[in-house]
Amino acid sequence: MLLTDSDKAMLDGAEGPATAAAMDLLVRYGRALDAERLCDVRNVAGTMTQPSPVKAQLVREGGWDKAYSVINLDSDEDLEIPAMRVPTCQLQQSFGPDSEGIAPYPKEMIELQSDAESFYGRKGVNILATCTPYQVGNIPVRGEHVAWMESSAVVYANSVLGARTNCEGTASTGAASLTGRIPCWGNHHEANRRGTHLIEARTPVHGPLEWGMLGYFAGGLVQDERPVVTGELKQPDLLDLKHFGAAAASSGGVEIYHLPGITPEAPTVQAAFGADPPEAVPYGERERRGVYEDLNSQGDRTDVDFVLLGCPHASLDQVRETAHLLEGRHLHSGTQLWLMVPRALRTTADRNGWTQTIERAGGRVLTDSCPAMSRSAPPGTRVFATDSAKQAHYLPAILGIEAWFGTLQDCISAAVTGRWKGELR
Amino acid sequence: MNPRHASALSASLASLSPDPHENGTVTAHATAGGEPRVPLELRGRTVVPGTAEGEALVSPETISGWGGIDPARGVITERRHPLHGQSFAGKVLVFPGAKGSSGWAGFFQSTRLLGTAPLAMIYVTTTTKAALGAVVTRVPTVTGLDQDPLTVIRTGDRVRVDADNGLICVYPAPPQ
Repeated sequence: MLLTDSDKAMLDGAEGPATAAAMDLLVRYGRALDAERLCDVRNVAGTMTQPSPVKAQLVREGGWDKAYSVINLDSDEDLEIPAMRVPTCQLQQSFGPDSEGIAPYPKEMIELQSDAESFYGRKGVNILATCTPYQVGNIPVRGEHVAWMESSAVVYANSVLGARTNCEGTASTGAASLTGRIPCWGNHHEANRRGTHLIEARTPVHGPLEWGMLGYFAGGLVQDERPVVTGELKQPDLLDLKHFGAAAASSGGVEIYHLPGITPEAPTVQAAFGADPPEAVPYGERERRGVYEDLNSQGDRTDVDFVLLGCPHASLDQVRETAHLLEGRHLHSGTQLWLMVPRALRTTADRNGWTQTIERAGGRVLTDSCPAMSRSAPPGTRVFATDSAKQAHYLPAILGIEAWFGTLQDCISAAVTGRWKGELR
Repeated sequence: MNPRHASALSASLASLSPDPHENGTVTAHATAGGEPRVPLELRGRTVVPGTAEGEALVSPETISGWGGIDPARGVITERRHPLHGQSFAGKVLVFPGAKGSSGWAGFFQSTRLLGTAPLAMIYVTTTTKAALGAVVTRVPTVTGLDQDPLTVIRTGDRVRVDADNGLICVYPAPPQ
């Protein structure tokens, strides 16, 4: 792999031992990918604050410097961690202090995470603590090379924003933060961003439920390749594409897609492929119904213990709509409702009075995490309902519970009545 | 890298594992009736250098890291996966590629720290998840082979991974 003079200097220790270890990891990683070189990045979204038993042990042995050295740089040395070289944010983490008394999540882990926040804050890390940095001010520019992890954020950055990132990991983002470099491979190259499959929607796609189902279909079809979708698509908004991408990155490993006339790198179908398009795969009423049944194949009992909203983390519009639907109503005695939001948006939701409306109904607005990341749901949960194809995909396996998937209205109805009555209309 | 430091670290972290497996041992390949057998050879590209030899565990499907394995036990936990419940600790893990969350590499790094890592890896499709995962698991890894490892290698075969030279030698297990 070709290294610049600056890369070589970092590798040789000119910027200190932690930066040298970071460059060593990037060189090992770049070679593993067969990348030709590294590229500059000035926007890193990674994870360092989230607690785990392994991290707790490392912190006991050598503080957060050691935890970062081992986990985020894959080094065996005890390195003093300098300030982040380029702007870096913390993605979603584990439950924080606002979950105490609500989520069955260990208090010592909450304290460990709070300790991590103060350490990394001092190192220049922006503790956004959300899987949706693009909802709270971290919005890369089209064409910008960035180093992000979190599959739903990666697919949004590449597809909707036109930024360029691979699906990075804990160690590669940790190393990118200290060097401003990442292997120039995969999605960083124009030629690797063009479509591979054409999907034609032959049934109207409108609203987050329909966009989520279409995303789940697309991911299942193309796996980790690049779908281009045309047809009966109503103009999507942030919420629709957040659900589309998160679903496509759950049923498959989609990191970039194109919607001709909508997403920035696809003014036309021809441009999306950079060539003549392949034959279209139809997404019609039969396929739509198949996706809905697949996502609802993990539910048996219709008594719902738990309603989970906000995966990926909710936008303010979703908080407002949830508050509107719960206004003057009260949750069923056997059912809990959690709405996950970025903490920055929770502040605004509090200010707008929406949090209070949801809490008056018996619901909870929580930040920083989600039941999947923290492996924590209300005690005794056996059946949950969600408006997120991603959570319906992952949570049954992670927590061993049954799942129902439907619209926000279906979920609120389940929260208020304790019964799942959702159906595809 | 300081190997002494690394083993002290692994030892201290292995105490966190409820069911620590032995791994990292390199043993001589099996022989049938005392006669050395002629191995099949596959050639590919080095992902992580090093050499190792051990028993193969072949996954017909891609593997999830986050939400798909338990690093404390080195076991595949994804419910619908054909290898659900099986341990890859100390085995040569042969698989099509990585799927799912960007936590993939972090979870496989944890298998190294907890002493449940595979002995070596052989995968078909290069993604950032699989490549970074192999790097931080720090086991000999090869990809880009001239034959499909998923059909040539079977679970239970003894496999020698010479990742320095991109060479895989397969000693088929005797028929059951």
